[in-house]
Amino acid sequence: MAISNKPIVWGPFAAGGTVTAFLTPVLILLTLLAALGHAPDLLAYDRLLALASHWLAKIAIAGIVFLSLWSTAHRLRITCYDLGVRADALVATIVYAGALAGTAASVVYLSRI
Amino acid sequence: MSRVPYVRTIPKVRWFLRHPRYIRYMTREATCLFIGAYTLLMVWGLRELANGPAAWQAFLECLRSPASIVFHVLALAFASYHSITWFNLTPKALPLQAGESFVPDGVISGAHYAGWALLSLAILFLAGAF
Amino acid sequence: MSERQVELEVLRYNPETDKEPHFQRYSIACREEWVVLDALNLVKETVDPTLSYRWSCHMAVCGSCGMMIDGEPKLACKAFLRDYPGVIRVEPLAHFPIERDLVTVIDDFMAKLARVKPYLIPKEPAPANGEYRQTPAELKKFKQFTMCINCMLCYAACPEYGLIPQFIGPAAISLAHRYNQDSRDGGRAARQEEIAAAEGVWECSFTGACSEVCPEHVDPAAALQQVKIKSTVDWYQKHLMPWTKQ
Repeated sequence: MAISNKPIVWGPFAAGGTVTAFLTPVLILLTLLAALGHAPDLLAYDRLLALASHWLAKIAIAGIVFLSLWSTAHRLRITCYDLGVRADALVATIVYAGALAGTAASVVYLSRI
Repeated sequence: MSRVPYVRTIPKVRWFLRHPRYIRYMTREATCLFIGAYTLLMVWGLRELANGPAAWQAFLECLRSPASIVFHVLALAFASYHSITWFNLTPKALPLQAGESFVPDGVISGAHYAGWALLSLAILFLAGAF
Repeated sequence: MSERQVELEVLRYNPETDKEPHFQRYSIACREEWVVLDALNLVKETVDPTLSYRWSCHMAVCGSCGMMIDGEPKLACKAFLRDYPGVIRVEPLAHFPIERDLVTVIDDFMAKLARVKPYLIPKEPAPANGEYRQTPAELKKFKQFTMCINCMLCYAACPEYGLIPQFIGPAAISLAHRYNQDSRDGGRAARQEEIAAAEGVWECSFTGACSEVCPEHVDPAAALQQVKIKSTVDWYQKHLMPWTKQ
């Protein structure tokens, strides 16, 4: 029985789970306030643009997007298996590729800011 | 004497409906759908931000739709459930031995909850939410 | 002490005559303070001597009498009749093949226990006077995981073991972890071949059902997550910093 390479995908999953646990609810709250018509000052175009223009913010945002999408992908893969979808290699490829695609997109958009 | 062991089958999809603990487990796993969807919404927002002030305003307008509000409320509930289950499970994965005894689970989880609250309040304050 | 007329709905299976298991109802007069095992024993003694099931200590230390009681994995000697007001459904432990009646085939479990090398592989040879020394703190580090009585309730509760029979399972991995955490032991690398394999800890999705049903509060779920984290740190250390000692 060989030692598995699962840690490659599990490490980022665990990191992503931790990041989303601490951050995602408050981020949702920010845009929920905007949705209810009380957009926080930070969500005004100039303020947000100023923040997202900083190289440190770009790295942080890209990192958060990657970890959030990766942990989602990993959980989705496990859930598919739990629900009887046995083509694990195929599901894994699709979900992780999706996470990487989303991350790549965010990097492209951040580079335009 | 012949041995003919009988193998019982498990319903491939509906197995988790058999007991509340499996339903709670599936709910926890389902939180990833909302967290993933919200992250994609963030990526969409980044694109509109990059496309200029008019695009950004249009994005904010989209956020104000009833569907968006419903999504946000659901996403907030599921994301919070993820946070709660994650922090409750942390002391199991990362036990801290201090001297002979272990730091109580409640202390480790409690510290995470406190950090979560402080961080959230700090972000809300810095973002000018209040 | 008063009596209670108890209705037991027991899953029967005779491999010599039955194609499939079927339920059989027994009605017997029990004492209020009894456990399900007492009820089964009375059935066997006075009603149906063909009813087959494993049991031994009747005090939750031997791990023999594990079965599904109203759909929940429990030790029959620890399932009090007062907690089951209606008809009590008794079935063999889930996720194991049925040998006969409530007796399951446990060969898979026994093989998996042996695979994890559940014995001390000493880090150093024994000292001259024959005793290893261990502080109370070092003992406390693994003591919890020594409490396993091999009752297999965790395997019956684990949905991943139900769906993926090759999964080594909670008790086996917790047992490996017990030795890995023992200060006298140096065999962690040897056990990783089984534990850190695909069918080892990585089939676990941290459902946590195993710890919920464990009668000895071993908390196998905790052991498995700790093994995952250690294995992950190992892996990244080995691949990113191969010059360091693990």
